Amino acid sequence: MKENFFQVRDLTKVYRMGEVEVHALRGVNMELYAGELVVLLGPSGSGKSTLLNIMGGLDTATAGIVAYRGKELTQATEKELTEYRRFHVGFVFQFYNLISSLTARENVAVVTEIAANPMSPEKALDLVGLTDRLNHFPAQLSGGEQQRVAIARAISKNPTVLLCDEPTGALDSKTGILVLQALERINRELGTATAIITHNVDIAGMADRVIHLSNGKIAEVSKNKVKKSASELQW
Amino acid sequence: MKALHLKLWREIWRMKGQVFAISMVVMSGVATFILFISTMHSLDYTRSKFYRDYNFADVFVNLKRAPDSLKDKIQNIPGVRQLETRVSAQAKIDIQGFSENVTGKIVSIPDDGHPLLNRLYIRQGRLPDPFKDNEVVINETFAQAHGFKLGDQLAAVINGKWKRLTITGIALSPEFVLVMKIGAMTPDFKRFGILWMSRKAISKAYDMDGAFNDVVLSLYAGVKEGDVIRELDNMLGPYGGFGAYGRKNQMSHRLLSEEMKQLRTSSRIYPVIFICVAAFLLNVVMSRIINTQREQIAILKAFGYNDFAVGVHYAQMVIMIIAAGVVAGIAAGIWLGKMMGNMYMEFYRFPVFIYTLHPEVLIAAVSVSVLSALAGTMHSLWKAARQPPAEAMRPEAPAKYRVTLIEKTGIGPWLTQPARIIARNMERKPIRTFLSIVGIAVSCATMVSSGFFKDSVDFMVKAQYVFSQKEDMTISFIEPTSYRALYELKQTPGIHDAEAFRSVPVKLKFGHRSYKTVINGIEPEGRLHLVLDTNFQSIPLPESGILLTDYLGKILGVQVGDVLTVETLEGAKAIRQVPVVAMAKQYLGAMGYMNLNALNRLMQEGNAISGAYLVTDSPYREKLFRSFVEMPRVADVFIRQNEINNIYEVMAKSMLYFTFIAMLMACSIAFGVVYNSARISLSERSRELSSLRVLGYTRGEIAYILLGELAIITLAAIPLGFFIGYWLCAYVANALASDLFRVPLIIELKTYTIAAAVVIFSAVFSGWIVRRKLDHLDLVEVLKTKE
Ligand SMILES: Nc1ncnc2c1ncn2[C@@H]1O[C@H](COP(=O)(O)OP(=O)(O)O)[C@@H](O)[C@H]1O
Ligand SMILES: [Mg+2]
Repeated sequence: MKENFFQVRDLTKVYRMGEVEVHALRGVNMELYAGELVVLLGPSGSGKSTLLNIMGGLDTATAGIVAYRGKELTQATEKELTEYRRFHVGFVFQFYNLISSLTARENVAVVTEIAANPMSPEKALDLVGLTDRLNHFPAQLSGGEQQRVAIARAISKNPTVLLCDEPTGALDSKTGILVLQALERINRELGTATAIITHNVDIAGMADRVIHLSNGKIAEVSKNKVKKSASELQW
Repeated sequence: MKALHLKLWREIWRMKGQVFAISMVVMSGVATFILFISTMHSLDYTRSKFYRDYNFADVFVNLKRAPDSLKDKIQNIPGVRQLETRVSAQAKIDIQGFSENVTGKIVSIPDDGHPLLNRLYIRQGRLPDPFKDNEVVINETFAQAHGFKLGDQLAAVINGKWKRLTITGIALSPEFVLVMKIGAMTPDFKRFGILWMSRKAISKAYDMDGAFNDVVLSLYAGVKEGDVIRELDNMLGPYGGFGAYGRKNQMSHRLLSEEMKQLRTSSRIYPVIFICVAAFLLNVVMSRIINTQREQIAILKAFGYNDFAVGVHYAQMVIMIIAAGVVAGIAAGIWLGKMMGNMYMEFYRFPVFIYTLHPEVLIAAVSVSVLSALAGTMHSLWKAARQPPAEAMRPEAPAKYRVTLIEKTGIGPWLTQPARIIARNMERKPIRTFLSIVGIAVSCATMVSSGFFKDSVDFMVKAQYVFSQKEDMTISFIEPTSYRALYELKQTPGIHDAEAFRSVPVKLKFGHRSYKTVINGIEPEGRLHLVLDTNFQSIPLPESGILLTDYLGKILGVQVGDVLTVETLEGAKAIRQVPVVAMAKQYLGAMGYMNLNALNRLMQEGNAISGAYLVTDSPYREKLFRSFVEMPRVADVFIRQNEINNIYEVMAKSMLYFTFIAMLMACSIAFGVVYNSARISLSERSRELSSLRVLGYTRGEIAYILLGELAIITLAAIPLGFFIGYWLCAYVANALASDLFRVPLIIELKTYTIAAAVVIFSAVFSGWIVRRKLDHLDLVEVLKTKE
């Protein structure tokens, strides 16, 4: 039995906007095991990002529990959350959020400089296939390349978990596949537990497990009998 | 249009912090502009009104003695409108309970009651009764300094006779708006006063029956003052005339004019600085706003607003941003102006200080601020107006960066990524970075220039009283006295050391230029009273020839080696040729120095002295002083320490006021620049900073990136500020230089330190505010949107 990294119990998130309450999550229960690749699938507005953000220590829950390796994130202080993000979790977002004043290598170094057990920026960029783009600034890179730098940056600290929110959302399918290949390789070679959010059903094929979200609840959890490789995907 | 207005208000409300910071700078600019200009106008108006209402004379002259019959002849000089002959005299004043040297200038009032010229404004009481010889009216500052009330008594030693006088009135005169002794650095209200007595009384005391020794006259409009003065000098020469002079050389008038000159200089410097800084800040803010509103602009245009309407919309925004600052600046300027007026009234006495604010000044203040604000933002406004809608819809191209020069020097590999971010951001916007540095530097310079005031006074006091005067008491005789008097003084118990001096009023001429001053003859080999150069080194007095204050050299246009014509205005009135042998850089006055013997040779009156410098034993000082007051031939006694104390007493208040204003100005600039830069950086980079937070950077670490840049800018600004400050002080010192005084360009380390501290404090304060904002970055929100 693999270790369970995340224990999510009855997670509820309510956004209050004046009079209106938006129930983004209505009692979500889920797990994320070591080494597995999970796709969170659901239509826009179903609460995927909210769930991921809470798991990543970026947002707070209204009720319920999120525990990372037995430690409750829902109870953690700001300082503990920062440390958690710093040492344990890597993020990839739809918008790459690179630092435009730094080159690809330096963008990765931003993380390796503060991490406890990092790999070298060169190695991280090699893993995403960008060895020849080390000294390029974001403005000199294509969208897909920028996203791969973002992935290199996220994994360079050797995180236990990698959380990706619509990593291909802003990319065309060909470039998107390159990005997914990079994620797949990292999951395979480093054994990093990976959660990928998407509203794209086709991507679900590359997952070990697919968690379907709908209207703030988990509608269904399915296991892929045959796990497709990213290169076989198309949409 | 309504909807657009709503948009304006909302946006301005959203950036209220920045609007506030800019308003502070605009306010400072408008306030200083109004302060200096309105005070200058008020002073000018108040002065002319006082002069007009109280008939201030145009020409003044003192002489030894002339019979009353001469009056008609003077009246017949073409151009003379009104004329008053007077008796005036110096007197030692003896005030019970105040055992320090006090001198008074006694001026006669015609027996028929009111003078024709230089009429008195009676603040309290009445004029002296012409049939009583013991009544006196005194000037207001003197009365206040001693707390005199009507009916109080004081004694005056007039012509060697001790006389008790009763105060019947307290008055002001256009002739003595500022009461100050010639040669003093500051007024001394306690130790110098004006006493008005009836002509009859003073004539009797001075043996001036049927005679006068002082003439004031007014001229018809359009008359050439110089012609009348020449005529007058010719006429009065035989009667010991000391040379007539016009208003511009009249002490009180002259000092008032200097003050106005100072205000004018200030009004040229400070408002300009502020308006430029404000324009720069607006430029930064507006280009940022317009950048973030590209899409909105496009949409407005798509809806059919034309370029002009869009330009007007943002111009309105600019005006609204500065509006509050302009209004507050006007209010603050008026408030500070009135405060300054009140402060002036402690020195310059008018019946009332009439605060005048000409509408043109207001219009100028408003239009200058608005126009410079628009000029500062012109570029961005233009860009906003001209953007084709389609282009505006497209997201802005990603910022381009380069590896910076600093990194290329070889330290690159050692930089942490945050340090690299700082360096590259600064280098990517070199102009903005540079202007931010200049802005903060200017605030630092403002502080330096305010501290400079005190430093230079300290230095002048040191130069004038500490290093060059080893004597602690100086006495001067009523008239030139035999050198023997010095031996007597030396024998007096309590007097350690004594040296003689001779001072002779003269007119110095070189070519077509001339200047009236005194030559001070000091003992060769003298140890007490030294003529110093700028390094406080004593300049030896040559056997013969004259040494001039360098500024006097400039006035006359002479060089060392030239030969001056010296016309003595006392005694035998000799005219002599004297070579200039040296120049001494001095800060006060403009005069000549000679070897005592040489001066006496020039005067051809044997070994005469005008007074003596004394070193006394402190236990005897009081007694010595009393005996000098009672000694008929002693005209005046100076006690060095009293002089020094007075300078600081007099200056303390105004120094505090100016330091206070400078501090406000400096803080508002520093705060305005730092806070705005920080807010702009925050708005430009909140996304980047949020990303770093997501990557596990702490609040402190991202604050370092944002504030580190500001810290570097601030630290870089300080040395530049010192430099600009020094330059500013040099400009001010140069602009204020006159024959009365030259401000030495001395800035103490302490002044620099305080200036740096004020700037750092303002920077830290604004940094702290931004840091608090940074702590509340919404990570999730930022990541959701694309830039
Ligand atoms: N900051 C917020 N304030 C209010 N409502 C929010 C906020 N963030 C998300 N929501 C709402 O919560 C719901 C879930 O959003 P999200 O988790 O972003 O969905 P997804 O990522 O699946 O598209 C949506 O209805 C969204 O409008
Ligand atoms: Mg989402």
